[in-house]
Amino acid sequence: MGGSSPCASCKLLRRRCAKDCIFAPYFPSDDPHKFAIVHKVFGASNVSKMLQELPVHQRPDAVSSLVYEANARVRDPVYGCVGAISYLQNQVSQLQMQLAVAQAEILGIQMQQEPAMPTQIEQDDKSFPLATNYNLDNISQSLNFASSSNVIQDPALKRESLWT
Amino acid sequence: MNPGRCAACRYLRRRCAEDCILSPYFPYNDPQRFVSVHKIHGASNVTKLLQQLPTHLRAKAADSLYFEAQCRVEDPVYGCVGLIFLLQQQIHSAESELAKTQAEIAVLKSQAQHTQAQPFEAESDVNNLLQEQLDNIANVSFSNQASSGFIN
Repeated sequence: MGGSSPCASCKLLRRRCAKDCIFAPYFPSDDPHKFAIVHKVFGASNVSKMLQELPVHQRPDAVSSLVYEANARVRDPVYGCVGAISYLQNQVSQLQMQLAVAQAEILGIQMQQEPAMPTQIEQDDKSFPLATNYNLDNISQSLNFASSSNVIQDPALKRESLWT
Repeated sequence: MNPGRCAACRYLRRRCAEDCILSPYFPYNDPQRFVSVHKIHGASNVTKLLQQLPTHLRAKAADSLYFEAQCRVEDPVYGCVGLIFLLQQQIHSAESELAKTQAEIAVLKSQAQHTQAQPFEAESDVNNLLQEQLDNIANVSFSNQASSGFIN
């Protein structure tokens, strides 16, 4: 009796784990919850297709992001990751406002001190346009997520290292 | 052919029941919406998810599923998590910039206070100097007068 143990995916799906199983590198048998949650939200078939369409070197990150999204959806079945996005967007807006106020204050102080001199506020662009390729403005307006009480406010979102 | 089928049932080629759970959120006139969601999440998973939610929350859930599916279609590696990364970076940069700007304000305010204190000192110095000069002039003329016998 040889052969390694089936991966978490094949265990859950109760099938033979082939040598070239597409799930095996990313869903080891010692972490069954990881695949279970991805399967629940996306479905094994969809995950398999998604991974097949990606080059091998991009699959680990794809799996990590799928696991993250699946976890977010299980925690918040209504908004999933979008709740987190809405929360972070609000933070960015607030910081932009605070920055604008602070920069206006500097301008005011400089004008008081040297009214004859031209203002020397740094003109480099400190605005932080949101990712326009995701068409956030339209989505935000139509979804109106900001006021949801279900928004996930995970402290981990405030800093990086989403990947465990 | 039932012209009243929702986009989901049309795509899945099945009869659209009157109580079809997907019908309110995947109307027939927006087939692409269901195609995206089905591609990423699957009709079965979407149905189960919506069934577990109270009716008044299903529309928002369907919208968020569609948003996530669109993000994943556009970015097959990171999906909407890529957007979370981007926002986190923006927050980090904005916080740094804000801290730097607030430090600049503190420095400018400190400089302004110091500058305000100095002009008063300079003015009194000038006044003292002028008074001294006037006194000297007065003394000289007095002594001149005295020496000239003006004062007895």
